[in-house]
Amino acid sequence: MLKEIRIHGRGGQGSVTAAEVLAQAAFIEGKSVQAFPYFGAERRGAPVKAFARLSSEPILVHSQVYSPDYVIVLDPYIYKVVDVTEGLKKNGTVIVNTKRKPNEIGLSGWRVATVDATGIALELNLVVAGQPLVNTSILGAFAKATDEVKLDSILKVVQKTWSGAAGEKNMKATELAYERSVKWWEVGTQ
Amino acid sequence: MALIVDTANHIAGYAAKAARVKVVAAYPITPQTTVVEKIADFVESGQMDAEYIRVESEHSAMVACIGAAAAGVRTFTATSSHGLALMHEALHWASGSRLPIVMAVVNRAMGAPWSIWPDFSDSLSQRDTGWMQFYCADNQEVFDTIIQAYKLCENEQVFLPAMICLEGFILSHTTAPANIPNQEEVDAFLPAYKSGWMLDVDRPYSHANLVSPEYYMEFRYMIQEAMENAKQLIPKVDKEYGKQFGREYGGMIEKYKCDGADLVMLTMGTMGSEARLTVDKLRNEGYKVGSARVRVYRPYPVEEILKLAKNVQMISTIDRHISFGMEGFLGSETKAALFNQKDRPMIASFIAGLGGRDVTADSIEKMAQKSLKSMREGKLEKTTEWFDLKE
Amino acid sequence: MTLTKSRKEMPLTPLSSPTEGSMGKTGSWRTFRPEVNYAKCTRCALCWIYCPDAAISRQEDDSPKIDYDYCKGCGICANECPTKAIAMKREEE
Repeated sequence: MLKEIRIHGRGGQGSVTAAEVLAQAAFIEGKSVQAFPYFGAERRGAPVKAFARLSSEPILVHSQVYSPDYVIVLDPYIYKVVDVTEGLKKNGTVIVNTKRKPNEIGLSGWRVATVDATGIALELNLVVAGQPLVNTSILGAFAKATDEVKLDSILKVVQKTWSGAAGEKNMKATELAYERSVKWWEVGTQ
Repeated sequence: MALIVDTANHIAGYAAKAARVKVVAAYPITPQTTVVEKIADFVESGQMDAEYIRVESEHSAMVACIGAAAAGVRTFTATSSHGLALMHEALHWASGSRLPIVMAVVNRAMGAPWSIWPDFSDSLSQRDTGWMQFYCADNQEVFDTIIQAYKLCENEQVFLPAMICLEGFILSHTTAPANIPNQEEVDAFLPAYKSGWMLDVDRPYSHANLVSPEYYMEFRYMIQEAMENAKQLIPKVDKEYGKQFGREYGGMIEKYKCDGADLVMLTMGTMGSEARLTVDKLRNEGYKVGSARVRVYRPYPVEEILKLAKNVQMISTIDRHISFGMEGFLGSETKAALFNQKDRPMIASFIAGLGGRDVTADSIEKMAQKSLKSMREGKLEKTTEWFDLKE
Repeated sequence: MTLTKSRKEMPLTPLSSPTEGSMGKTGSWRTFRPEVNYAKCTRCALCWIYCPDAAISRQEDDSPKIDYDYCKGCGICANECPTKAIAMKREEE
């Protein structure tokens, strides 16, 4: 069983870290993992992609992910410049940081889960250098939407990666995102 | 032993620490930077008892390593692409001085045009410098090969430096699991630093001085001899490592389902890992295809290639490299090794993956199908083919 | 220089120890020889510093002693001497 995940974000939002935290969480649960970035222009704000693979077998593939099972979108507006569903498997799931509904962000017809991770970050004052941090909380939404990894594993990794107050805030954000995220295919409104 | 999940670059840093390296002189360059950042971290926090020399260029990094190795300590550095090219003349000096320096080369394409993405043009264009060259296919292998390399380089039958090559981004920045043995285990495998000669203030001398035509050729022959000795020792060290740590890599070449194969895909680096997926798929469909990954490119594994070639009809090489005006080195050297064999296999050469162009199991399958077609028709469509080139 | 005919006797890389006069007694290359007038010599030791062949040694009283086995007669010492205490004389055959 091999699951491939693509993460869309902008440089500086922590897309690569999100992939690594996800991989570490799955690793705790005994899976073989891989997490890697695709670097384009190395600067803040430019669209970046990061990838993760989770498998029950050792992972031999090293090329890029072309048909992800899951897509995570960290930035609410990136869909305007990037086709976030490119290559996504027909029954794949998209997890998006947004306040809006799937059909309002060009995702009608897809299995979508959303959470206002930016809102959660602002609520908890999880902001660094003006940037609300959403890369850990979105993984809470991922856990709920996909069942690929347990919320608890993500929380363990977050706590280990960020010490003290930062760790606590990130964990709280992840829990809130898990609670508040909406699985639109269950709700019925697309 | 600890099972960790980290990037190949960080894992290379762990290996330098485990090898008890005493001097690291390095200059940063994408995508190598996190190797030396990790080491700097270890040194600063006291986890690694070493001197970290911040030099002003890669050329200085190599000559600093030469000085340190000559003074009698285990050294390590890392670089990529133009950084490696900048060290070029010093690379020659290191091997000619017979110093067992180990360097991680995080493979990155050469410019112009500027590229940060991986191919083997950087390390392969240094193939003549007298350095042994190892090519890794995953993060675990990076750790294991660095430890094995020190044992090899410091063997008195060798005393040559070695490059441990890993593809930029594909491995360097990819987080994956790896077993990091504990220090006692590594100490049991890797004894204290040994060099063939050492600078000594009590018995002062200088090294590698001017040599007349009367003797130079013999000094060069001795390096060639050391390479030949390495060919015998590499599989031995690999097996010994396997016995102690439970992981080995097949010596010079890692073969996969080559028994009974008509066609073998010959690759280097991560393509060798990807090729296994292709082989499994093709074997399932009834094609007799195998894969062989050249783990050690210098010394070139002539004997293993001859053995491999005995029972196959065709070998297709995939080069993540081009030597302008000819072809990729894996292609040309494989052909050179087999030229004098009476019943040598057909050999096709492919060029793929330059500048980080992705090479998937699917791509390798396409190359394999082209090769099988040539094999059935008894003639090559093209001697060297650039795969997936835009028209 | 240790000359050897056999490859087996060669070191891994040439190792050179400091040796006096490995090219033989180069004093025989001289056309002119420096001669010190010790009365004029102020013991500044500049000639000792400048000699490119280390053929001048500095005595206990800082006066120069020229080793004619190795002095090649380049004349730099005479040129640098501030009191012109060194004269370059034609070497007698």
